[in-house]
Amino acid sequence: MSFISYLINGISLGSVYAIIALGYTMVYGIAKMLNFAHGDVIMIGAYVVMTAIASAGLPPLAAVLLAIIFCTVLGVVIESVAYRPLLNASSSLAVLITAIGVSYLLQNVALLIFGANTKSFASVVPVPALVLAGGSLTISGETIVTIISCIVIMIGLTLFIRRSKAGQAMLAVSEDKGAAQLMGINVNGTIALTFAIGSALAAVAGVLLCSAYPSLNPYTGAMPGIKAFVAAVFGGIGSIPGALIGGILLGVIEIFGKAYISSQMADAIVFGVLIVVLIVKPTGILGKNIQEKV
Amino acid sequence: MKMKKALSVMLAAAMTMTLLVGCGGNSGSDSGSDTGSSTENSKEESSGDVFKIGGIGPVTGGAAVYGEAVKNGSELAVKEINEAGGINGVQIEMNYQDDEHDAEKAVNAYNTLKDWGMHALLGTVTSAPCVAVGEVSKDDNIFMLTPSGTAVECVQYDNAFRVCFSDPMQGLESAKYIGENGLAKKVAAIYDSSDVYSTGIYEAFVKEAENQDFEIVAAEAFTAEAKTDFSVQLQKAKDAGAELVFLPFYYTEASLVLKQAAGMSYNPIFFGCDGMDGILAVDGFDVDLANNLMFMSPFTPTSEDEAIQKFVKDYEEAYGSTPNQFAADAYDGMYAIKAAMEEKDITPDMSPSDICDAMKEAMVSITIDGVTAKGLTWEASGEPSKEPMVVKIQDGDYAVVE
Amino acid sequence: MKKMSKTTKSNMITYLMVVVLFIVVQVMVTTGNLSSLLQGLLVPLCAYVILAVSLNLTVGILGELSLGHAGFMCVGAFTSAFFSKCAVEAIPVAGVRYLIALLIGAAAAGICGILIGIPVLRLKGDYLAIVTLAFGEIIKNIVNILFIGRDSKGFHFSTKDSMSLGLEDGGQVIVNGPQGITGTPKDSTFVIGVVLILITLFIVLNLMHSRSGRAIMAIRDNRIAAESVGINITKYKLMAFSISAALAGVAGVIYAHNLATLTAQPKNFGYNMSIMILVFVVLGGIGNMRGSIIAAIILTLLPELLRSLSDYRMLIYAIVLIVMMLFNWSPKAIEWREKHLSRFRRKNNKTEEAA
Repeated sequence: MSFISYLINGISLGSVYAIIALGYTMVYGIAKMLNFAHGDVIMIGAYVVMTAIASAGLPPLAAVLLAIIFCTVLGVVIESVAYRPLLNASSSLAVLITAIGVSYLLQNVALLIFGANTKSFASVVPVPALVLAGGSLTISGETIVTIISCIVIMIGLTLFIRRSKAGQAMLAVSEDKGAAQLMGINVNGTIALTFAIGSALAAVAGVLLCSAYPSLNPYTGAMPGIKAFVAAVFGGIGSIPGALIGGILLGVIEIFGKAYISSQMADAIVFGVLIVVLIVKPTGILGKNIQEKV
Repeated sequence: MKMKKALSVMLAAAMTMTLLVGCGGNSGSDSGSDTGSSTENSKEESSGDVFKIGGIGPVTGGAAVYGEAVKNGSELAVKEINEAGGINGVQIEMNYQDDEHDAEKAVNAYNTLKDWGMHALLGTVTSAPCVAVGEVSKDDNIFMLTPSGTAVECVQYDNAFRVCFSDPMQGLESAKYIGENGLAKKVAAIYDSSDVYSTGIYEAFVKEAENQDFEIVAAEAFTAEAKTDFSVQLQKAKDAGAELVFLPFYYTEASLVLKQAAGMSYNPIFFGCDGMDGILAVDGFDVDLANNLMFMSPFTPTSEDEAIQKFVKDYEEAYGSTPNQFAADAYDGMYAIKAAMEEKDITPDMSPSDICDAMKEAMVSITIDGVTAKGLTWEASGEPSKEPMVVKIQDGDYAVVE
Repeated sequence: MKKMSKTTKSNMITYLMVVVLFIVVQVMVTTGNLSSLLQGLLVPLCAYVILAVSLNLTVGILGELSLGHAGFMCVGAFTSAFFSKCAVEAIPVAGVRYLIALLIGAAAAGICGILIGIPVLRLKGDYLAIVTLAFGEIIKNIVNILFIGRDSKGFHFSTKDSMSLGLEDGGQVIVNGPQGITGTPKDSTFVIGVVLILITLFIVLNLMHSRSGRAIMAIRDNRIAAESVGINITKYKLMAFSISAALAGVAGVIYAHNLATLTAQPKNFGYNMSIMILVFVVLGGIGNMRGSIIAAIILTLLPELLRSLSDYRMLIYAIVLIVMMLFNWSPKAIEWREKHLSRFRRKNNKTEEAA
């Protein structure tokens, strides 16, 4: 019985990683950059929801919508001010470092506005917990909502990219920026749209992360951000279903590692499995194999 | 191409330097009276007639909450002391520097304060930086009183004293209390294996548990990288049938533990240490979760005591939040420095090293009635002698258990 | 012939810069013009400069992104501090002890570099980056649960807690889990640091301009072409990677012997630190050693010199970092600079001939 319980816990932790990883992988797939500030956009989104509910008295759903709009705008602003000038820089590392700068900036802005005190985030998920097997197994409402949101977002994103014109443009930009431009695609606009969607997803992730683990401070986003990065790579970075699988697997491995091997070594186990997977399959579980050309 | 890069670095360097010069100019004109971190009386211009007390703690980074509390608590004390006429008529100037909870940054902060002309140090807040600063302050012979550095090594030299309890002391007292009051027969412990404070208490707890009439049935760790999910640790405690779970870590993580335990319908007695203090002050925390939570703390903001009431009221007015144990330790620490300075009639024109020698003697002879203890005294080893209290949360409020 | 002299000249400028900086600082110290803050920063600065130069070997010359450099530093720091703590009575001469500590730290980190390099160097780009990051986190995690004690019977190990070491009375816990190693002798000095910087530069610059260095750069520029002309890819990649790791170990030794307490926290040995070193490298110019030195110095001093800004310190730091990156790397900014600063550039052309 405890095995199933661990599995459920692993899936709930993993679903949170997965939803963050979706935003990460989406931006990576199109803009080919590791957006280290993604985790901090999540934190900002959670603060917006909390402030909107506590200070402005908005209903939770309206607060979440507000956070989505806020983060979308924030994402577009960050992209146009800090990232766009560097998209054609001679090394792709330049924009990575700038993303780190943005991450520090967001953390310190939040520190100045909201203070260092950890705040408890009241869950905005109205779904009750699912109790199974006479009370010995509990699946929390947050887990159910997170997993459903993950799947909905994944399907939505896949449909958007396959069916819509803007989605096709994204695909084209990710394949070949230069050729896409020659075909009349607005490359900058497409990348901005990617950041807008990625940041909106970050807002959703922030709400779900803090509903599941209700503690919020200016550094809340940093560690889940890195874990989600790991999850995205695990699943094959750039692959949308890969992010979901990678996230869930990462959560399950973390919990099982703690439960059956050693709770002190949880990090080492997670990262060790990651290394083994990447050595066996160098582009992640669902990653495309890149053919090398001379 | 390379040349361009070299050039651009130079340009960036030039730009930064301009910026620094700009800032340098600023700091020259109001050295020490940083925004908010100084309570200098503006009339006292020359440095000869004020006591310069330094403070070091994290005000940015993950541990910022503790540094902030100490900063606020000590500033409040400085304000009160200055309004009441200072130390033997001499005003105090406080300069609080950030160490980001990093040993190297703490030494930098210490050196900054030394340049500023610090007479004595109230710091540092966290343990590892405190040990590093202790080493350099010993070499300089500058007096230091840490409000909250709990590791044994924090006060290993004779120039260092502390206000809080040491880690082993807390672990030992907790185990004793649980054993002597027969709170449980089967006990589980969850601790942060990447944290000095948490591991220190845990080890002393396990050691003392051998002498007590209870059994540790589960001991599970977590790390700074994975401190959101505690389901495994709780599940193991539950499966082992633990009636009491010992939580020697800070309330930030403890609030998550309590929520997750409630989510899995596991209701043992939870027992924490002084880091648990402040859990009721977390914005938006569901206080029902903490019902019957017990912890060992020298300070309770809801105490009837007049001095504590006044401290809590003033603190809330000034900073808009309820003071935690860190703020209280810092507040008492500042009064201890005042008492020790008055004891030996120390004047600001003495050298920091002479002050340190006098303070070492003074610390063991003073007694102060503070907010963390009445009749608080120190031993030459640097340890305070005060009685730990066990606090129990009932109906959303703290209550002292006799 | 002309090319050779150019490189030699450029190298000389780099060495000279370090030496001049050293002399200036020494003069300021002896005349008492240097604040305690800056004096305290001198040794850490040496460590960061070495870290930046050594990571530049991986990122700039080998062309691989590593996010685990702090892991190697951690290995160097802990092995050497462990040695020094044990040998503090056996070898009372600080200089000899420090030399051995340096060799141990560098060797341990270098071996780790080889061990991790063999399996992972066949990964590319961001996948390699994540594996190095993972490696750094594993090292940190392991160090945090490591307990080593010593008594008359020899060494005792545990990964649980210090009680399970089973030490007899009078035994000493040397590595105490998250509390790390306390009481490492403070052997690092600025002079040693500068000498080590010069040695590091000598190793890296000579490697760059040697036959092996050209092979490494050929792999960076076109792996398949390099392989087709018979360059042993694995050998040269491993060589660059392990030298870089060993030098990071040296930086770790300096770091460990400068503070009384050595703990493996996210702040000093986690991915945050690895990223910080990467920032030095990228800001200073990928493949440009002189740039790395300057960037490491500026970015280490910046937050300290901004202390007077109190609460806004780290905020300003973040903004300055972003602005400097945009200024240094954005194609538009480079174009603007060339247009407006061309006269300045021409004048400096002769002296600025970086290879």
